[in-house]
Amino acid sequence: MAVNYAVLKKGGFMRQKQKNNFSLRLRVVGGNLTAVQLAKIAEVADKFGEGYVHLTSRQSVEIPFIKVDDIDDVKNALAEGDVEPGVCGPRVRTITACQGEAICPSGCIDTYALAKELDDRYFARELPHKFKFGITGCQNNCLKAEENDVGIKGGIKVSWKEDDCIGCGVCAKACRQGAITITDKKISVDSDKCNFCGRCYKACPTDAWNTVHGYIVSFGGLFGNQINKGETIIPFIEDKETLLRICDAAIEFFDKNAKPSERFKFTIDRVGRENFEKVILEAYNE
Amino acid sequence: MSDFNIDDKVDITDVVCPTTFVKAKVALEELDDGQILSIRLNDGEPVQNVPRSIKEEGHQILKLLDNEDGTYELIVKKVGD
Repeated sequence: MAVNYAVLKKGGFMRQKQKNNFSLRLRVVGGNLTAVQLAKIAEVADKFGEGYVHLTSRQSVEIPFIKVDDIDDVKNALAEGDVEPGVCGPRVRTITACQGEAICPSGCIDTYALAKELDDRYFARELPHKFKFGITGCQNNCLKAEENDVGIKGGIKVSWKEDDCIGCGVCAKACRQGAITITDKKISVDSDKCNFCGRCYKACPTDAWNTVHGYIVSFGGLFGNQINKGETIIPFIEDKETLLRICDAAIEFFDKNAKPSERFKFTIDRVGRENFEKVILEAYNE
Repeated sequence: MSDFNIDDKVDITDVVCPTTFVKAKVALEELDDGQILSIRLNDGEPVQNVPRSIKEEGHQILKLLDNEDGTYELIVKKVGD
């Protein structure tokens, strides 16, 4: 029987150098796996592989040395533990995320909830080439948002609540951008310098800030054969509905305009950055 | 500093992160609920991060005073025993 490598690749089975052996990529969202999933993965790796797994560079798990004849048995066994195969090839890949505000003191957004939502919305969607989303909770950027086709970074937009302020001055020192100045016990924030890191608010003893938790989105990042830092068009997106509209618009633009095997950055370059910006701004202002 | 009745002082300018916070935390543990600690800390990373860590521990920051020699006094009220 001839092996259809394209179908297997789409289903997460990566052909190995060793004939008739596949490294099976698993579906992971935001870097989290349950204990039940891990136990099942261990069992399958032991029974059908060589007793180990590989952690990929984008938070997935692969089980190497799966034999071509075992593929159906492996899929069925994994399903018992709520584990699905992942994907490779020209489609939306694993949605990666840091632990975000649910766990991390620095987090500004719930990265895992957003990763789940994007995974439900886009995972494995067929496109002209691979398409990667990455979500990082704050300016520390542990998840390297800008190396993704669409990178999402959590941020906090602040405005001073004078009535609650005790004038301690901690915020001005906590700010690494030099955006806060205190004159006669009045605080002002330079919006040109503020990078939405939220350190002023997190350090404030009396929470004397009104806050909006939102998103900084970059487009066209690459970190493979070619390297490009994704670029931001809108400085700060204040709500999730708008964020999703913008993600929809970006992916539609790629689907409609990209040539086969052309990464998002090169589609934007070829079609014209101003044209892409127009599409994103329309989605933003909708 | 006359605004506050300081119960104890600690100097964390001789250590670096994360010992800065640990030293401050140990000093706070010696105090009773409601007592006030003055923490001397360096400019840069300590003054950026230590106040936030102390807040996250649940204590109350009252004031940050600039000693104008590259150090600050952070005035903290202990919350809890």
